[in-house]
Amino acid sequence: MHRIGLDIGSTTIKTVVLNESGRVCHTQYERHYSRIAQKTREVLQTLSRKFPGLQSLCISGSAGIGLSEQLGIRFAQEVFATRQAVTTLQPEADVVIELGGEDAKILFLSGGTDFCMNGSCAGGTGAFIDQMATLLQISQDEMNALAMDHEKIYPVASRCGVFAKSDIQPLLNQGATKEDISASIFQAVVSQTIAGLAHGRPIRGNVVYLGGPLTFFSMLRETFDANLKLTGVCPSLSLYYVAYGAALLAGEETFDLEKLADRIPQLTGWQSYDSLRPLFRDRRERVAFETRYGQQLPAFLEPSGDPVRLYVGIDAGSTTTKCAALTEDGAIAFYRYLPSGGQPVRHVRDFLLELYDRWPNCQILGSAATGYGEDIVRAAFGVDLGVVETVAHYTAAKAYDPQVDFIIDIGGQDIKCFKIRNGAVDQIFLNEACSSGCGSFLQSFAGTLGYDMETFCEHALKGTKPVDLGSRCTVFMNSSVKQAQKDGAAMEDIAAGLAVSVVKNALYKVIRLKQGQKLGDHIIVQGGTFLNDAVLRAFELELGMPVTRPAAAGLMGAVGAALYARDKGLDHSTLRTRDQVLNLSHSVKPTVCQGCTNHCRLTVNVFDGGKVCIAGNRCEKPVRHAGSESGHNMLAYKRQRLARFSSRKGSRKTIGIPLVLNMYELLPFWHTLFTRLDFGVEVSGFSSLALYHRGQGQIPSDTVCYPAKLSHGHIQALRDRGIEDIFYPCLSYNIDEDKSVNHYNCPVVAYYPESIQSTMPEQKLLMPYLGIHRRKDFAKHFWKFLREEVDDTVRLRDVQKAVNAAYEALDAYMEDIRSQADIWLQEARSRGREVVVLCGRPYHADPEVIHGIDQYIASTGRLVLSEDSLGHHTSQADTDVLNQWTYHARLYSAARWVASQHDPAIQLVQLVSFGCGVDAITGDEVRAMLESEGCLYTQVKIDEITNLGAVKIRLRSLFAAAGQRQQSRQEGASGCRDRRQPGVSDRRQERQQA
Amino acid sequence: MSTRVPHPVFTEEMRKTHTILFPNMVDIHFRLLQNVLEQSGYHARLLTNEGSQVSSTGQKYVHNDTCYPALLTIGQMISALETGGYDPDRTALVLPQTGGGCRASNYVSLLRKALRDAGYPQVPVISLNLQGLDDSPGFKITLPLLRKMLACMAYGDLLMILANQVRPYELQSGQTDQLVDQWIRELSGQFETGAGYDLHAMKRNDGLIARSFHEVPVRRVPKVKTGVVGEIYVKYSALANNHLEEFLRQQDCEIMMPGIMQFLLYAADMPLEDVRLYGGKKSTQVLNGVMLTYLTKYESLVMDAIGLYPEFTVPARYRRLKELAGGLIGTGCKMGEGWLLTAEMAELAESGYGNIVCAQPFGCLPNHIAGKAMIAKVRRRYPEANIVAIDYDPGAARVNQENRIKLMLSIARENLQQRTAAAAD
Repeated sequence: MHRIGLDIGSTTIKTVVLNESGRVCHTQYERHYSRIAQKTREVLQTLSRKFPGLQSLCISGSAGIGLSEQLGIRFAQEVFATRQAVTTLQPEADVVIELGGEDAKILFLSGGTDFCMNGSCAGGTGAFIDQMATLLQISQDEMNALAMDHEKIYPVASRCGVFAKSDIQPLLNQGATKEDISASIFQAVVSQTIAGLAHGRPIRGNVVYLGGPLTFFSMLRETFDANLKLTGVCPSLSLYYVAYGAALLAGEETFDLEKLADRIPQLTGWQSYDSLRPLFRDRRERVAFETRYGQQLPAFLEPSGDPVRLYVGIDAGSTTTKCAALTEDGAIAFYRYLPSGGQPVRHVRDFLLELYDRWPNCQILGSAATGYGEDIVRAAFGVDLGVVETVAHYTAAKAYDPQVDFIIDIGGQDIKCFKIRNGAVDQIFLNEACSSGCGSFLQSFAGTLGYDMETFCEHALKGTKPVDLGSRCTVFMNSSVKQAQKDGAAMEDIAAGLAVSVVKNALYKVIRLKQGQKLGDHIIVQGGTFLNDAVLRAFELELGMPVTRPAAAGLMGAVGAALYARDKGLDHSTLRTRDQVLNLSHSVKPTVCQGCTNHCRLTVNVFDGGKVCIAGNRCEKPVRHAGSESGHNMLAYKRQRLARFSSRKGSRKTIGIPLVLNMYELLPFWHTLFTRLDFGVEVSGFSSLALYHRGQGQIPSDTVCYPAKLSHGHIQALRDRGIEDIFYPCLSYNIDEDKSVNHYNCPVVAYYPESIQSTMPEQKLLMPYLGIHRRKDFAKHFWKFLREEVDDTVRLRDVQKAVNAAYEALDAYMEDIRSQADIWLQEARSRGREVVVLCGRPYHADPEVIHGIDQYIASTGRLVLSEDSLGHHTSQADTDVLNQWTYHARLYSAARWVASQHDPAIQLVQLVSFGCGVDAITGDEVRAMLESEGCLYTQVKIDEITNLGAVKIRLRSLFAAAGQRQQSRQEGASGCRDRRQPGVSDRRQERQQA
Repeated sequence: MSTRVPHPVFTEEMRKTHTILFPNMVDIHFRLLQNVLEQSGYHARLLTNEGSQVSSTGQKYVHNDTCYPALLTIGQMISALETGGYDPDRTALVLPQTGGGCRASNYVSLLRKALRDAGYPQVPVISLNLQGLDDSPGFKITLPLLRKMLACMAYGDLLMILANQVRPYELQSGQTDQLVDQWIRELSGQFETGAGYDLHAMKRNDGLIARSFHEVPVRRVPKVKTGVVGEIYVKYSALANNHLEEFLRQQDCEIMMPGIMQFLLYAADMPLEDVRLYGGKKSTQVLNGVMLTYLTKYESLVMDAIGLYPEFTVPARYRRLKELAGGLIGTGCKMGEGWLLTAEMAELAESGYGNIVCAQPFGCLPNHIAGKAMIAKVRRRYPEANIVAIDYDPGAARVNQENRIKLMLSIARENLQQRTAAAAD
C-alpha cells in the first residue's frame, strides 16, 4: 500500500506518494487553472496507472475541502500537514515560512508552538507576485533576474495586493526601472509576511522556506535572509511539504484510485452556489445586443503626402496609453491603444513616428495630454496642454451625445463617473484604492484561469448560471472565486460572475446607486473595460436600460484631449517634429528631495534639450517655478504650534508622550500638566515611514487604521531613547464641545493603549482611564493616578493648579488655530483666493498620515483650513445619524458651514483613513449635507502609502469643477468677484506660455 | 434631525395595525421574545429570511464599509419588505440601539436612510434602548415588559448552555433539540397566563429545565471543547457567522456559547464604572445599581440551576468575569463588547474551553483591541489557549474561514489526544 498526499491549493495541485517504507517515490506539480475537479481526476488517473490497487489517501489545501467532503477522504489542514512534514524532514527547524498561491503562513516550532496564517485581507503571496509580474509585463523568471540588478528599493504597501498595485503603477508610469520595482515587490512581500504574521514574535534559529514563491524566487529568499539577518534553507521537497504531510496523515482506509477518479464527474451535491441571471438567456437576446452596440471605429484616414491638419490627444493611463489624431472636424484619423507596461514615453514615440510616416507633410495644430503620465509625456514631447481627466472625458462624451448627463469610465485601474448638470460636471465619483474592480482586475483573473481577455469574455457570455460573487475588492474576490470553485462552478459561470461583480462594484460601491435611483437618461459608457461585451451586458442588465457605448469607448481620454486642444483654439503646436522625436533621449535618475522634511524619493526624468520631469513628489515644491505663491496651510500651522511643546527636563522623572491619535490635539494639555508639576517630558515627535517600520512587527490587527498602527513605532522610539515612563491614557470620552449629543472618542482612539500594552509586555505603559471631559473633578482623579503609579510626592494642590493651566493651554491652542484661520480666511476672501477645508481628525496633520496632501493643495495657491479651525463659526449640525463623537461632530459642523457659504470658492475635502469604520457613516452623511445644498463633495482615502497620483487627479477634478461653477456664476450674476480662478492645469499652461 | 431623511414615529394606533419585524440573533432567546411581544399586544415577527439576497440587499442600501451586522440586519429587513409579503403601510421595524461609543449606535439611523432609499419612507423604526434615545409613543418598555424580556434572556441562556453541553453526547440524535423546543412551548404557555417570569416561578422552572437535560441519556466521550466569543451579533447569528455553531458541531465539538445575561450586566454596569473612574451623578448610580442587582438575581438563578448537576460546567458569573479581566484589559474599555470579550476568552480558557473562535465583523473597531490585540495577552496567561480570530464580511469566503477554524481544531484534537493518552497512562 502506498500513502498518497494531495495538496490542492488555490492555483496548483501537488502530489506526493510514499512507498511502504515511507520513502517518497513520486511527486507531481501541476497548475489547475481552477478546473479542480477535472484536474484532480486526471491526477488520480495518472496515479492509478502508476500505482494500481488499493492506496491510502489524504487531501489537504483550501481548495480541496469540497472534494474531500464529497469523496469521503480524510482532510488535513495544510498548516497542520506542513508541521507534520517538517517534524519528519527537518526536525531541527525552529521557524517555517511558507508562502503559497494565496496564503502565507509562519510556523514557530521551538519555544512554544505557534501557527500563524494570513487573515482575510492580506496580499503578499504567490498570486500577488503573479499579478505584479503581469503588470510589469515580464515573466516570473525575469522578475527574479531583474531584481538581482536593482539599485534602490521603493516603499510599496505591503498589506494588500491592491494597495501595492496602486503604488507600483505610478512608479512605472514615472519611469522607475523594472529592476528596482521587482526588488521592491519582493521587499513588500517580506515586510508583509514578517509584520503581518509574526506579530512581534522574533524569527530566529533554523528557518525553513517552503512553497512555490520561495522555491522559485532566489531573490525572495535573499530578501528574507537580509531582513531576518540569517540564512534560511529551502529544502529539496520545498514545494511538496503540505502534500508530504498529508501523505503522512493518510489513514488506514484505502481507495481504488481509478474508481475514485470515476466518481468525480458524478458528484452533484456541490452545485449549490448562488447564481445570477445569465447574461444572455437565448440567441435572440445576444443578436439584439450585438446590433445595439455593433458600431466599429471607422478606418484610419488614408496615408498620403497631403498637408493634413491634425490635433493630437494622448491619454497616458495607468495600464494603457491611448493616442489619437483628429482632423479639424473632430473625426478620428488615426489612433493607437497600447498597453503601457510602464513606458508611456516609448509608446508615444512609436505612435508619433507612425503618424509622421503615414502623413509626412501633416501639420499638427495642437496637442494635449491627460492621465497619470501627463507630466512625463508633456515634458518628453512638448505637448501643448495638459488637461484633467474628468474634463477630457466629458469633452469627448459631449461630442458623441451633447445631452449626455452621466459618464462612466472603467479603465485599467480607475473607475471615474461624473454626473453632468447644466453643462458642467456636477458630481464626481472615483474608486478608492481598495475597490479596484477594474480592467486590470479582470485581466489578472483571466490570466490566473489561463485565458486571454477575449476568450475569457467569450466564455462569460456563455455562462448559464453566473456565480454571485458580490462586489468586493480583489483580495476578497480571490477568496470568493475559490469558494465558487469549491462549490464546483464552471469557468464560464465564474467569468460571467466576475463581469457582473465589476459592474456591481462600480454601481453600488463607487457610485452608491440606490434602488429606484436613475443614473441618468443619456448614459455614456467608456474606458477599455467596457469594450468587454460581458461587462457592458452586465451593466445594461443591472441598470435595466440600454446605454451608449461610443465606437471610440477605449479612446475617449485621448479623443477628449485632442478636442480640448482644438477647442482651445490652438493652431500651431509645440509637439516634437519627426526629427525631434527621432532624437529623443531619455534618462532616469533617482534622487531624494531636500525641499522639506518629507524627503520624497524623486524620480528625475531628463530629456534632450534639458527638459526635466520630476515624479514622486508629494508637493509642488520641487517642480514649481519661482514666483508662484503658495497658499497658507492650517495643518502646517498646527504642526508648527505643536512642535513648540517640545521635550524638556524637569526635577522629577521624565514622562514619555507618544504623539499619536488624540495626543495630536491633547499634547498642549498633557505637556503643560506634566511640566507644571516639574516632570520632564519627552515627546516622540512627528511620524515617519522609518518610525512606522520600527513598530510594524507588533501590530496585532492589520485592518486597523494607519494612524493607530503608527503608535507602535512611537512607543518603540520613546523606549529606544531610554524613556521608561510612557504616558498614553485611555479616554472613552473627549472634551464636550456642545456640538453633539455625546462626546465619545472612537473605539480605536479611546483604547489603543490597550493594544500596545498587549503586544509589548516588556514595557509597562502608564495608561490610566481618565475623564478629561470632567473639568471639575479631573484633578482629583489625576492626582490619584500620579500617586499610585508615578510619583507619590505630588500634592493635590499643585496638581489642581497644573490641571487648570493645562486646560488653559489647550483652550489657548485651539483659540490660536481659530483666530489664525479667521485672519487667513479674510485675506483669502479679499484676494479672491480659493479655500479648501481639509476635514479629518487632529492626527491627520501628521506628515506621515497626510502624505503631503495639505502641502499639495497649498502649493496650488489655495488656503488650506482644517475642521477644527472653524469651530467658532459652527454649531451642532442637523445630522440624520447619531452625532456622538467629538471629532466627527466637528466634521459635520464644518460641512454645514461650508454648505451655508454657497460659495464655489470654498470647497470641502474629507480625509478618510482606510479602515476607519466610523467614516463609513460620516462620509455618507457629509456628502448628503453638502449635496443637498448643491455643493461638491470630495473624499480622499489615505493609508500607509498613498498613491498621490490618484489623489491629485481627484483634487484637480474638484478644482476644475469648482472653477467651472465659479465661472458660470460670474457669467450668470454680475457683482460677484470677477477674478477667474484657473484650474491647476491652466495655471501651468499660463506659466509655460509666459 | 434634518429633513433629508423621513422619521415616521410608531404611534399608539400602530400597535393594532402594524406588524413589527425584528431581526434574529440568538435563536432560542428570540423565539421566546417573539412570544412575549405577541402576548404584550404587539404583532411581532422574528425574521428568519437568509440567503445571498439578504447581504446583497444590505450592500445596496448601506455603505459597504459599514460593519457586517448593519449590512445584514438592514438587508434582512428590507428584503423582507421587498419579498416577504409584508405591507409596508402596516409594518414597523425594531432594532436595538446601545448608545455606546461604537458605530453600532448608528444602526437605527442607517436603517432609516436605507428605508428612504429603498422606497419605504413610511415604515417606522423603533429603537430598542433604555437610555430614552429616539422615543416611540406606541412602543414603551414598561416594567412588566422589561421583566418578561429579561426572563426570556435568562431562560434562553439556560437552555442554550445546557443544550450545548448535552447535544454532542446524546444517544438518540435530535433529543436535545426536541427538549429545547418543548421548553420554548412550555414557557411561552406560562407567559401567556401571566406566569413564569417572576423570580419564584423562574427558580422552579430553571430547576425543572436543568433536570430535564440531566435526564437525557448520554455517553460522555472526550470531545474537543470549543468556545465562541466575539462581536455580539456575529457571535450568535448563524446568518452572520456562516452557521458557525453548526459547523463546529459537524466537526464533532462541544461548544460553549457565553450567555447574554453577562452582556446585559456589563451594559448596566458600565455607567457605574464610568462614575467610579471619572466621577459623576449619583442618580446614574442609583438607577443602574438597582438594574445591576436585579440582573444579578436572574444570573444567579441560571447559574445555580446549571450547578445542580455535576456533569455540567457552570460558566463564570459576571462578577468573576470582571475579576478575570483584571491584568488583561481595563474595565473602562466599554465600547462594543469591550473588556467583557477579553474576560470571556480568559474564562473559556480557564474552564476547559480554551479552543476559541473569536468572531467579528471585518474592521470591527472595538475588536481590533478587545479581541485581536488581547489574544497575545490571554495566551501569555493561558499558554494552552488556542484562539483563532475570524473576520466576517459579505466577501469573506466561507472556505477560508472554515480552513482557519480547521487549523485551530487540528491543534485542539492533537492536544486532546495527548491529554487523553496522558490520562490513560
